[in-house]
Amino acid sequence: MKRFLIPLGLFFVLVGFLAWGLKPGYDPHEIPTALQDKPAPLFNLPQLAQPDKKFSPADMKGKVWLLNVWASWCVSCRAEHPLLVAFAKQSNLPIVGLSYKELRGDSDFKVPAKETPESKAAELDMALQRAEAWIRKHGNPYVLSAMDIDGRVGIDYGVYGVPETFLIDKNGIIRFKQSGPVTRELLNEKILPLVKELEK
Amino acid sequence: MTKGNPCGIMKRILIVLTLLLLGASVVAKEAAPLAEDEAVEKRMVAISEEMRCLVCQNESLSGSRSDLAQDLRREIRTLIKQGKSDQDIMEFMVSRYGDFVRYRPPVKSTTYLLWFGPFLLLVGAIVALVMYLRRRGGRAEVAAESALSPEERRQAEKLMKLNESESKQ
Repeated sequence: MKRFLIPLGLFFVLVGFLAWGLKPGYDPHEIPTALQDKPAPLFNLPQLAQPDKKFSPADMKGKVWLLNVWASWCVSCRAEHPLLVAFAKQSNLPIVGLSYKELRGDSDFKVPAKETPESKAAELDMALQRAEAWIRKHGNPYVLSAMDIDGRVGIDYGVYGVPETFLIDKNGIIRFKQSGPVTRELLNEKILPLVKELEK
Repeated sequence: MTKGNPCGIMKRILIVLTLLLLGASVVAKEAAPLAEDEAVEKRMVAISEEMRCLVCQNESLSGSRSDLAQDLRREIRTLIKQGKSDQDIMEFMVSRYGDFVRYRPPVKSTTYLLWFGPFLLLVGAIVALVMYLRRRGGRAEVAAESALSPEERRQAEKLMKLNESESKQ
């Protein structure tokens, strides 16, 4: 009888590991952000509604806010969007959009071999139109959206898949990051309690 | 016109074929170099082979065809051209994507188990093996002593002797 105890014990250890791997909500693709409790990287990007005006995270100093990375070609963003729209209506928490590679992220778009100021202006123009059309169709939860045309700002934020959402505190420090769509549970159980604490 | 001259047709075909082949070789020579700067490209590949692609997580950054990998390779190229060292570039990536991008995670308190766990397992296995062998060795001796009764032992010796004398014949 005793000699079965060791393999049995090992079996249960194995079962434990497997159960841990199947834990609900566990995503092996998820990478903990390197930016947790670090200052949100600064940038200066044209705004969607007013492209001649720029947005910088420094403009949000003194406020707790969400930075939501999105794109019109991103399927999960569309799934997440209604929740953001509904949330924006009932909450004062400002959500800033970061329109990520609106054209370049789409396989239909080819980046010109030689970029000129003209080609860049044309690309921004096209991206603005597409992003604007998408927002008009699906609703606008954002106080504004910044246009990250080439994804360079996305790299600074460690974005590796859209949508991603950052919670940034009054001093511009990243307090939470969600990779993938924000859910109702995540909002209620994690983000809102944190916001409450940060707004104190 | 020499109508239907087979020789002429053959010649013409040959000429056309030769020209086609020549054309092919000319095109082959004109193939543009893959990168403007070979040294930069080599370093970029060497660096990105040390990094994991964030999108297809079982591919290296150098081998991945994902959009993000392409962006990051471009970023590495820019950094190389700015004169950044390999270590600077690694830090650039780690500060954005975390240690996850490195195929060789650094030794620190959170990775001790990762680095030394296998050795721990090895030591445990050796200890278990030694204990097992000792126990079995002890048991074998006991078994040897008690397995045969004096009567059986005598019989066995007799058989062995018989066997010896048989093999001598």
